[in-house]
Amino acid sequence: MRIAVCVKQVPEGAAKRIDPATRRLDRAGEGALNAYDANAVEEALRLKESAGEGEVVLLTMGPARAADAIRKALAMGADRAILVTDDAAAGSDLLATSIALARALEREQPDLVLFGQQAADSDGAVLWGAVADRLRRPLISQVAELTLADGVVTGKRQSEFGYDVIRAPLPAVVAVSDSINEPRYPSLKGIMGAKKKPQETLTLADLGVESDRAGEAGSRTEVLALSEPPSRGESRRIDGDGAAPEAIIAFLAEKRLV
Amino acid sequence: MDLDLTEEHELVRKTVREFALERVGPVAEELDREARFPYEIVAELGQLGLMGMPIPERYGGGGADTVSYAIAIEELTRIDSSVAITVAAHTSLGTTPIYLFGSEEQRREWLPRLASGERLAAFGLTEPEAGSDAGATRTTAERRNGSWVVNGSKIFITNAGTDISACVTITARTGEDEISNVIVPNGTPGYEISAPMHKLGWRASDTRELSFRECEVPEGNLLGERGRGYSQFLEILDGGRISVAAMGVGLAQGAYDLAYAYAQERRQFGRPISKFQAVQFRLADMATEIEAGRALVYRAAWLKDQGRPFAREAAMAKLYTGELSNRAANWALQIHGGYGYMDEYAISRLYRDQKILEIGEGTNEIQRLVIAKHLGL
Ligand SMILES: Cc1cc2nc3c(=O)[nH]c(=O)nc-3n(C[C@H](O)[C@H](O)[C@H](O)COP(=O)(O)OP(=O)(O)OC[C@H]3O[C@@H](n4cnc5c(N)ncnc54)[C@H](O)[C@@H]3O)c2cc1C
Repeated sequence: MRIAVCVKQVPEGAAKRIDPATRRLDRAGEGALNAYDANAVEEALRLKESAGEGEVVLLTMGPARAADAIRKALAMGADRAILVTDDAAAGSDLLATSIALARALEREQPDLVLFGQQAADSDGAVLWGAVADRLRRPLISQVAELTLADGVVTGKRQSEFGYDVIRAPLPAVVAVSDSINEPRYPSLKGIMGAKKKPQETLTLADLGVESDRAGEAGSRTEVLALSEPPSRGESRRIDGDGAAPEAIIAFLAEKRLV
Repeated sequence: MDLDLTEEHELVRKTVREFALERVGPVAEELDREARFPYEIVAELGQLGLMGMPIPERYGGGGADTVSYAIAIEELTRIDSSVAITVAAHTSLGTTPIYLFGSEEQRREWLPRLASGERLAAFGLTEPEAGSDAGATRTTAERRNGSWVVNGSKIFITNAGTDISACVTITARTGEDEISNVIVPNGTPGYEISAPMHKLGWRASDTRELSFRECEVPEGNLLGERGRGYSQFLEILDGGRISVAAMGVGLAQGAYDLAYAYAQERRQFGRPISKFQAVQFRLADMATEIEAGRALVYRAAWLKDQGRPFAREAAMAKLYTGELSNRAANWALQIHGGYGYMDEYAISRLYRDQKILEIGEGTNEIQRLVIAKHLGL
């Protein structure tokens, strides 16, 4: 069984800054493995461990230093990694990124493709949908529990009102929710062994992605304007003086929320 | 010249930082308050391979270099000293002597359990009458009927009395003007361990008084050659100083982190106190000295990894970072004002945990003596 996990390097720390000139996220500074992707890596490792066989392949597209993010995932236990890196890929939006990833996945032919729920920098939470569509494979998203048996993947999917249980034949694409597991820390042994694992670097040409379908040329997203989120409006402060519970209930009732 | 750390070093730092923040940080105050030994954390550190980092893999260790080890100790101390000293004393003082001086049989017997963190080891050098003057050991080990019979006492011994402590390596007189190291397993009749000592800091770490009365251990528990005990413990202390120096940098960095964050939150006279130049200058000085201290520590560790002499640099690093951590903890608490004096604020714990870094594994004065000797004075 081969499981591919798509991972992304994101800027470290919570603070996000958008460069007003390019209207893109400022990705300078130190990078780290997108925390949501660590859930996908963890799940892939658990599937492999419980099956007792298989291979976990990492796939990322990004600048050369995205290799840092891959290294952590390799140290966690993934078997090998593919880094798609190309100057012409800079500025790729979700559509352009999905083409390159889908091409790379076609080469690998994994039984299962895993994604984290979203990237912590752009918070799109749609890339997996685009990739599944390009691969013409079934997709289950927001999966909080995952099982594999007899060529069928079953995902328990969080929804607003409970759980949906969805089955799909392999090969399939699954985006896991961040509640699915607690990612392990890389062990010292994993860290020391990560460098020796196979890492392949591919260009867009290697994947047969035409230059007008990558980078800015291949992107269809246009940022028209940036603005601050609207302020919260009036707020009311209720102090804990003993009457607070009643005041909160009255407030919610007034807003017709209870 | 290349001053970059390797990718492995960076990943060790990130991993231990995350672990310390997520697993140690939330319980550090409680462990300190209750003076409770961090068994769960030690078990987790063991699973991650962090309880025997510099011990070769063939003995169950991590096979990491000294720089990686120093980084890990630094990052743990940044969050909590009790956990850091538990790891550092176990590794540098407890386990390393058996690796360095033990026979193949002793290594196979002890190292796998110790390097995995399943069991802990201690090093018993200090005695009531032999502190800085460690060669003044009064404890004796007498050869009788194919055994060593130990009589004497030790004080302030880290990791000796936990539920998972396996053994202590002690220095003992084995003759006139002759010191040797002997391994005493926990549970040996005649080996008694006091209740935990009450301390100003490092409160969640295990510190005991040990007494030996007609305590008999097998002949094979002699560590290395008879009579080599003095030079052996000097060598152990040289290496141990690198980890205590790493603690100095980590403590200073942790104090700085807390002060840096607090200075931006706390407002007085209508602005954050970080806007006052006096506060900025303190933080600027701390950041600068931390860089200098870290460079000293990593250089000493690097020299050791290159197989080159490092004792002078290790003593310098230990002295400098011990005193640096004192200044940093003091300034960081000052920046916190009265809040910093309260138990709820982590800086109060770091302040208490700091002082021992100028005492343990050789006081500041002893480091100066060692350095002066290296200078040919
Ligand atoms: C929490 C804790 C944990 C410890 N863990 C261990 C352990 O695991 N194993 C172990 O063996 N020991 C351990 N120690 C002991 C520690 O290493 C000693 O406390 C230290 O070496 C100092 O010895 P002392 O306390 O006897 O001080 P003393 O030697 O009595 O020193 C008192 C003062 O005199 C100064 N002084 C002494 N001689 C000179 C000199 N020649 N010139 C100038 N000044 C001098 C000292 O610098 C100091 O300021 C621990 C101690 C503590 C507090």
